[in-house]
Amino acid sequence: MAKETIKIENLKRQFTMGSETVHALKGISFTIEEGEFVTIMGSSGSGKSTMLNILGCLDQPTSGNYEIDGVKVKNLSKNELATIRNEKIGFIFQSYNLLARTSAIENVELPLLYNSKVTSEERRKRAINALEMVGLGDRLFHTPSQLSGGQQQRVAIARSLVNNPVMILADEATGNLDTRTSYEIMTLFQELNKKGITITFVTHEPDIATFSGRTIVLKDGEIMQDYKNHKVQSAADQLAKLPLENHLS
Amino acid sequence: MRLLNLIKIAYKAIILNKMRTLLTMLGIIIGVASVIAMLAIGEGSKESIRSTISSMGSNMITIRPGADDRGPARGSGGNVQTLTLEDYNVIKEKVDLLSNSTPVVNSNGQVINGSNNWPSSIYGVYPEYLDIKVVGLQSGSMFTDAEVNTASKVALIGQTVVDNVFPNGEEPVGQMIRFNNIPFKVIGVLEEKGENTFGQDQDDIVIAPFTTVQKRILAIDYLNQIMASAVSEDDAPEAVEIITEILREQHKLQDFEDDDFTVRSMEELISTFSSTSEMLTVLLVAVAGISLLIGGIGIMNIMYVSVKERTKEIGLRMAVGGKGSDILMQFLIEAILISITGGVLGVALGLGATVFIENFLNWPTSVAMYSIIISFAVCAITGIFFGWYPARKASALDPITALRYE
Ligand SMILES: Nc1ncnc2c1ncn2[C@@H]1O[C@H](COP(=O)(O)OP(=O)(O)OP(=O)(O)O)[C@@H](O)[C@H]1O
Ligand SMILES: [Mg+2]
Repeated sequence: MAKETIKIENLKRQFTMGSETVHALKGISFTIEEGEFVTIMGSSGSGKSTMLNILGCLDQPTSGNYEIDGVKVKNLSKNELATIRNEKIGFIFQSYNLLARTSAIENVELPLLYNSKVTSEERRKRAINALEMVGLGDRLFHTPSQLSGGQQQRVAIARSLVNNPVMILADEATGNLDTRTSYEIMTLFQELNKKGITITFVTHEPDIATFSGRTIVLKDGEIMQDYKNHKVQSAADQLAKLPLENHLS
Repeated sequence: MRLLNLIKIAYKAIILNKMRTLLTMLGIIIGVASVIAMLAIGEGSKESIRSTISSMGSNMITIRPGADDRGPARGSGGNVQTLTLEDYNVIKEKVDLLSNSTPVVNSNGQVINGSNNWPSSIYGVYPEYLDIKVVGLQSGSMFTDAEVNTASKVALIGQTVVDNVFPNGEEPVGQMIRFNNIPFKVIGVLEEKGENTFGQDQDDIVIAPFTTVQKRILAIDYLNQIMASAVSEDDAPEAVEIITEILREQHKLQDFEDDDFTVRSMEELISTFSSTSEMLTVLLVAVAGISLLIGGIGIMNIMYVSVKERTKEIGLRMAVGGKGSDILMQFLIEAILISITGGVLGVALGLGATVFIENFLNWPTSVAMYSIIISFAVCAITGIFFGWYPARKASALDPITALRYE
């Protein structure tokens, strides 16, 4: 059996707001093995982002266990968590979260600034590489306000790739994009997955889920379904089949 | 390596907010510049007072008739007639701590040479006067004790008198002048001393034998002053005490009676003036210090706003692996960069202002190295102190809370 990249057991997260308690996650368990491509589906408010934030070590569960690469997250200090985020995780946010008035290349370099093992030349090289991978090799010095939504999303993806993470966590990385751009990005994710990167991808759209090997459906903070997809579609093929007019929009 | 990255990040943040940073810096710049300029003015006036006073003879002791009730820069004693030659002789005889001494009588009057006419003052003294006042001669020679004894009509004159009664540049030594219609033979010209701190022209003076002035010009039997010099500057205070004791005895003063004379050493005068100017310096520096403090609060304010405004950015930095300490350092470095750059510009402005004050207002200034070091240190400390709190706040944020901040 392959290595377990993510293992959660009875994960709960509740938010207290005054006298009211919101149970965003009500005891979730699953494991994701190394090299898997998993999509998380569910209606709005079902707890997808909450779960992904915990998986990304940005948030702590109220109770339950979380192991990343065999390491118990609960026992880690704030600084150790920062190091894990820096070296193992590539996180793509629902809202891109780029630094304003800062060029694409500097945005992508950001994670490496906090890694003292990477020299400044290597940092630059890797940032250019990542931007070329997402097809923005000609937009290195554009600031977010000079880029389209899809391009900004791709800068955010490049940023999540630049530290060579073992896993990528994407929160609706295609949520704001048209079909063609979504498929382009999914093509990219499938390529990355083939290279062995574990991907957990939150989405609303059922067609996006067909590109992944496994889908977990959440509802009101609980797992509704967890099934393997035996006919994984190739995003590249789907992209080729799209009518051309779509491209013009 | 890591620190270098943080400095780069902080530098970028400053560059992205040029105008705001500059305005923040302005507080620090003005604060530092005023501290330096104020200290330079304070130091300068202190130094100039000290140097003029010690050029007047720093171990000099003056004894004037009348009680000390008119502050440090008093006149010649007016009509008080409590000091006599008898007093002088006793002092000279009994006080070993004095190296030189002379009785002084003085009068105002007209110096006349032909059609040239100049109002001046004549001082009747003993030859020791020159040593006490530390004045040399440009030309000629001092009168002798014998000339004092015979009340010779000889005189030495200062440069201002020379300029005014010998306007054509003749050699004054050997010429005859008249003071209040009494003829004097000029036997010497005093070295130029310029103005003293109190704005008095020290060269507007005629010196003549004590007896000549006392008998022939004033016709009085009391003294206007006694001047003496202590063996050394350190002996002056003790000499003052001894003289006071002797004079009280001489004047048969009862214990309850106040002195009817005033003995002063230069040292005392220096400290009186120094303390006045020191107080002024303290005051000036306090004001300047307050503006530095306000500059610091400006930094704190801007850092605070900056942290609030960039909460999302902080969240993102933490999300991609920035540690609390990295965030703390980033904002701290930003604050320090602002304050140190402000400090450098402030020092430059302060030095510029000092040069301006010196050259255009003609105030004496003296830039002390310590003032630069102090204001620079204060600047850096201000940056750290006022940057710390907002930076600390930023570093304590939770990544997800910061990211969700609107
Ligand atoms: N910081 C918070 N404080 C209080 N309640 C929260 C907080 N974060 C999430 N919640 C609540 O937890 C529930 C799950 O939210 P979450 O953001 O995980 O939903 P989601 O599945 O990502 O929705 P969407 O598809 O709209 O992004 C919601 O009811 C939300 O109101
Ligand atoms: Mg969400």
